[in-house]
Amino acid sequence: MIASIDTSLIDWSRAQFALTAMYHWLFVPLTLGLGIIQAIMETLYVKTGKEYWKSTAQFWMKLFGINFAIGVATGLILEFEFGTNWSNYSWFVGDIFGAPLAIEGIVAFFMEATFIAVMFFGWEKVSKRFHLASTWLTIAGATLSALWILIANSWMQYPAGMHFNPDSVRNEMLDFWAVALSPVAINKFFHTVLSGWVTGATFVIGVSCWYLLKKRNTDFALRSIRVAAIFGLFASVILLWTGDGSAYQVAQKQPMKLAAMEGLYEGQEGAGLVAIGVLNPDKKAYNDAENPFLFKIEIPNMLSLLAERESDAFVPGIKDLIDGGYALSNGETALSASEKIARGRVAIQALADYRTALKANDEAAMKEHRATLDANFQYFGYGYLNEPSDLIPPVGLSFYSFHIMVILGGYLILLFIVVLLVARSGKIQHMNWLHHTALWSIPLAYIAGQAGWIVAEVGRQPWAIQDILPTVAGVSRLSTASVQTTFFIFLVLFTVLLIAELRIMVKAIQKGPETNTSSLK
Amino acid sequence: METSTYIFLQHYWWFLVSLLGGLLVFLLFVQGGQSLLFQVGKTENQQKMLLNSTGRKWEFTFTTLVTFGGAFFASFPLFYSTSFGGAYWVWMLILLCFVLQAVSYEYQAKKGNLLGKKTYQVFLIINGIVAPLLIGTAVGTFFTGADFQVNKEHLTDLSMPIISTWMNPLHGLEAALNIWNLFLGLALVYLSRVLGLLYYINNIDDAEIYATCHRRMKKESSGFLIFFLIFVFYLFVADGFAVNPDTQEVYKETGKYLHNFLAMPGVLLVFLAGVVLVLFGIGKTILKEGYRRGIWFAGIGTILTVLALLLCVGWNNTPYYPSNVDLQSSLTIANSCSSPFTLKVMSFVSILIPFVLAYIFYAWRAIDLRGINRNDLEHDSHMY
Repeated sequence: MIASIDTSLIDWSRAQFALTAMYHWLFVPLTLGLGIIQAIMETLYVKTGKEYWKSTAQFWMKLFGINFAIGVATGLILEFEFGTNWSNYSWFVGDIFGAPLAIEGIVAFFMEATFIAVMFFGWEKVSKRFHLASTWLTIAGATLSALWILIANSWMQYPAGMHFNPDSVRNEMLDFWAVALSPVAINKFFHTVLSGWVTGATFVIGVSCWYLLKKRNTDFALRSIRVAAIFGLFASVILLWTGDGSAYQVAQKQPMKLAAMEGLYEGQEGAGLVAIGVLNPDKKAYNDAENPFLFKIEIPNMLSLLAERESDAFVPGIKDLIDGGYALSNGETALSASEKIARGRVAIQALADYRTALKANDEAAMKEHRATLDANFQYFGYGYLNEPSDLIPPVGLSFYSFHIMVILGGYLILLFIVVLLVARSGKIQHMNWLHHTALWSIPLAYIAGQAGWIVAEVGRQPWAIQDILPTVAGVSRLSTASVQTTFFIFLVLFTVLLIAELRIMVKAIQKGPETNTSSLK
Repeated sequence: METSTYIFLQHYWWFLVSLLGGLLVFLLFVQGGQSLLFQVGKTENQQKMLLNSTGRKWEFTFTTLVTFGGAFFASFPLFYSTSFGGAYWVWMLILLCFVLQAVSYEYQAKKGNLLGKKTYQVFLIINGIVAPLLIGTAVGTFFTGADFQVNKEHLTDLSMPIISTWMNPLHGLEAALNIWNLFLGLALVYLSRVLGLLYYINNIDDAEIYATCHRRMKKESSGFLIFFLIFVFYLFVADGFAVNPDTQEVYKETGKYLHNFLAMPGVLLVFLAGVVLVLFGIGKTILKEGYRRGIWFAGIGTILTVLALLLCVGWNNTPYYPSNVDLQSSLTIANSCSSPFTLKVMSFVSILIPFVLAYIFYAWRAIDLRGINRNDLEHDSHMY
């Protein structure tokens, strides 16, 4: 049995979770986006009575089904991995974190599972309107499930609505609505779901452009493009807006993540936003003299504006966050990382003392230690860290992921505008360059989504729950070999299934929509 | 919140978790049906009908499993963390065989599926046998105990802050080495196969499939009855686990589960009613040629039986997850549950459950009004 936690156990547990989450996120965005698009198409069918909308919707539903199956498979593992690989986490915050997961099952998954069966098998068995309602309820269920899991994720980034109970030795929920409706949760929900919509729109446009390239199923493709381009533009503009909201919240709640995203070591007033840059690989420590960048182009004052809504506001860098001493927006002076670690240890020791006093039934001592614990609890998680540099997330990964996400997001807005304009003018059929561009934009949408999650999750390291519990204190007590074994089982299994999924998808696209789509009626 | 309300909520949530457990076991008819794919389906056409029959229900089983996990997490987080993080391998294997299921229906008959139709069908058979077997084995530990230790003081130990420790190096696989767990697992495998047959009989409108299913009923039912009765016999005479409600001290008590049934006659009644309904569903289907409604009796009977068994192991001062290595680490509904506030919030959420059941029933009826027949295979727009 291991006497202290092997760091390789943490790394492999994180790797396994990251693997499952990233695979899961290959399928979810398309479910969220395509689900809405096909529902819009079916609505057009029910409203206009035109058969070609039915066959168009049915074709996209077929692809939806292929993608959905593997999304379900990867999602199952994710839910249970909180218990299997992060058991201490599950105890420490299960009182709060379990609720959204249960609600997700009761409210969302059943809705999804019930109505997807009607959507696929009910065409000949239920009325048109009931079928349409089922299609919408399927995507409503999928979106609700996203809502609840994102509420859970947001709570890890911004723990709210709870208190620590030393009698049960865990955090307990005090205010459900503070958890469910936290500003971080709402923003994250929209930002994430809209990124799925953008992925769905890009997918539909890209696949349709492939038909245009091959000069087949032209009318089907044009119809699909029109719906998807409007939908994609709408989604991507709001996505941009919620992205701005995300950055602001990160600055307020997770300043270290923001500093890593921007490669900002030395804080400054009127900080600029790096539009494009290359990090200096020689920068080894947060406090060495190396310039963090080999090259960068900045938008002046933009980071201050983004983070504090004031163009000359101070944005702390990594060094400031470690060394402390700068003025916080509430007028207090920021603590250094060492001070926070020390206060975290005080909190943990106070908990130990409280427990001893509890056993001895010494109420006076209990009260005293409880007061010490409460006064220092906001730094509780810091106590498990060894040194200040543990607080710095991987800067390179955070920085590049963030910038790739933003650049690709901007590119996709542009793509939707161009496609929409050209499609309206009726020239799109003959623009081969645009067909190629749209087709190759499909993977870019996926890369943007993955990059976004990397920023969100890698950028918050070392925290499982911001400031309260680092990953090192959240794992299950397993041998590293066990976790490595399951990691490789999942890696091989998911990869094989992904290849199968892609091949089936490609075959289905090559076969094309089944019914007569030769003419617009 | 008053203590009595808190105690009520603990019992209420154990009831809900038990009910979900009952529903899950009933819905394992999908697994049982899958496991019979080649035994009942002699031709490709027949296999296709079978697959499209369970294929319209598998997501309910899957979703119930996920919800069961979520509800357990929200209401009894210490179980979630201790068991899932400790009995790692048994849970991982269960999950893996459900992953195989999730893709297999959709992919097995599709062009370009990489592994070939047969492989996906074998995946379904693996899921069909291994899932009930391992779920039964894992639930068996509710009665036979598991090797873990919980020490909340660890949280203040900076070098090893993990509170739950699994003391057996097999990390859950040892559950399958206990003969009683295995009997429960096998009972579940056979039960799921019986329910699968009853479901096919009800859902598929095809004379040959009916005849094959009907013929197999006796054999599968006998298997179920043998293992189930042995397990119930063990349950009534075995050393059970009990907890003193005043001191929270856990101790062993011979015949505890029998005592529980006697102390809770309502639960006993539910148990007996469940068993009778299962037997009635099976018996009438076997004896009365052409009878197709057996699944409803056996299904409801299954839900009631499992519900009663789980209530028996959780209510009446019984640790539902006993520790064999450290009795006082055993989990009870009182020491492993969520805070009063969270249980209350979740109880409001549970008001939605009847609505969920209602729309499931409604939608299920809508697409199942007619049984599947050969005609469907040619005309339906979405076929597996």
